[in-house]
Amino acid sequence: MAQAINVEDLNIYYGDFLAVEDVNVTIQPRSVTALIGPSGCGKSTFLRTLNRMHEVIPGAYAKGVVEIEGSNIYGNGVDPVNVRRRVGMVFQKPNPFPTMSIRDNVLAGVKLNNKRISRAAADELVESSLRGANLWEEVKDRLDKPGMGLSGGQQQRLCIARAISVKPEVILMDEPCSALDPISTLAIEDLIHEMKKDFTIVIVTHNMQQASRVSDRTGFFNIAGTGKPGHLIEIDDTERMFTNPSNKQTEDYISGRFG
Amino acid sequence: MSSSVATPSSPQQDPPAPAAPTTTAARTAKRPGDVIFSGLSIGSGLLIFLTLALVFIFLLIRSWPAIQTSRELTGNADAVSLVQYVAPLVYGTVLAALLALLMAVPIAVGIALFISHFAPRSLATPLGFLIDLLAAVPSVVFGLWGGVWLVPRLEPLFFFLNEHLGWIPLFGGTVSAPMRNMASASVVLAVMILPIITAVTREIFLQTPRLQEEAALALGATRWETIKTVVLPFGRSGVVSASMLGLGRALGETMAVLMVLSPGETFSLRILQVGQHNTIAANIASHSAEATPDVMARLIFTGLVLFVFTFIINAIARAIVSRTTKS
Repeated sequence: MAQAINVEDLNIYYGDFLAVEDVNVTIQPRSVTALIGPSGCGKSTFLRTLNRMHEVIPGAYAKGVVEIEGSNIYGNGVDPVNVRRRVGMVFQKPNPFPTMSIRDNVLAGVKLNNKRISRAAADELVESSLRGANLWEEVKDRLDKPGMGLSGGQQQRLCIARAISVKPEVILMDEPCSALDPISTLAIEDLIHEMKKDFTIVIVTHNMQQASRVSDRTGFFNIAGTGKPGHLIEIDDTERMFTNPSNKQTEDYISGRFG
Repeated sequence: MSSSVATPSSPQQDPPAPAAPTTTAARTAKRPGDVIFSGLSIGSGLLIFLTLALVFIFLLIRSWPAIQTSRELTGNADAVSLVQYVAPLVYGTVLAALLALLMAVPIAVGIALFISHFAPRSLATPLGFLIDLLAAVPSVVFGLWGGVWLVPRLEPLFFFLNEHLGWIPLFGGTVSAPMRNMASASVVLAVMILPIITAVTREIFLQTPRLQEEAALALGATRWETIKTVVLPFGRSGVVSASMLGLGRALGETMAVLMVLSPGETFSLRILQVGQHNTIAANIASHSAEATPDVMARLIFTGLVLFVFTFIINAIARAIVSRTTKS
């Protein structure tokens, strides 16, 4: 089910402002790709174009080609709602639906689109999704309790369970650990390792150690200055990026000379 | 030069410094600004209680002659029964307010959602402004509009309802023009309370956390599904409290009802029939000008009932709101 992502000549705008310029990249299936770079360089913006969430912001749009499974998600007549059902997303802060129980949170995506599933199938899906998010053992006795009652780290794993329950091909993670403590962060990182068996994962992170721990490939975004568009400077195998990057800017950033 | 200025002042500043641990707390608590401000705000808070209490006491004292001479208290069969006098008015008041709420709330929620989530910003802003303006229109204007313009235009609809849905008690009875009936009055009331409900619910819907909406969208929710799973559950308690604001206004509304409704004093459900119902507020307004002291006391008693009634309804609304926000 995991699919490759192929991005060609992607330009991303906020109204008249060109935020990210000319991205060309291919992301392999069943791999973890980390995106790093200083604040405001456009890495989150780029991430949000991969499931057409960028255009949710008034005035925002993207031009170019993003192919998933060979079909351009920015093609004519493509419904962004269908794109988002194939490309799951996990956000910076845990955001379970506050009025729903743990179980209903996991099933939220499946119940959209007026799908009906049997009680038994729902139970099975809840268990497999929560197991997939390493949360089952912790919550199996309180599935009907509100999702907001969990700790921050558990809430984030609940959000991951919610995202994988609809069986997407790609999962995008936008700084998924930035609001979490180190223990919860470790739990999410372990989870990412397991999830890449089934999904293509793209993760934005501010934490370079995290990028080197979880990812197979790392992309570095940079910005020439305020008001200038961000660029994808370099993308390569993670090990190579952190030991012997080919671009001077990457080396400066990774060695902590700026950013 | 600077040192000669500093030295004389330092002995004066020094003594408080060592004593600081014991005195700072007392000293910061007694800054004049804080004292004045807390006095003012506590005073304003108490003033609310005082006003409410005074209104209640006024109503009680002035209606006392009516209570004292009532059939219920004296047991005298010839005396006026307060219960019999007030009950149909309470019934009419509640009926009018509930019907108005039934019509206004769904429309208000629809308008609020349109402004907060569907309309482009260039349309949403003026529309929101217009709603606020509508909330400021005096009720007597709504009454005039209702009586002169709306009532004749409702005729065909009411005849239709009576003819085809007359088997429902609500639409039964004999229907005749002009339609100065409960249905017309509650339509005017609904129009009156629509803006306030819309304005409050719109504010609530706009406060829906962005992250929650994005969570739904990222799962592949359509716009309507996002509203259903995130916006409406988030705004539920706000809708309830907005409705209660509207209900409070509808219960006490005088002029609009007075100018549209042809009064009666039955417990009829037939909202299309003329001369069946009246509300407390409209009844007071229509009779107070030429009331004898006896009648006046009775009218004030109905005012007391309305006062207590609105109080209870608000308390219930508070309870609902606090329960829904807790869970």
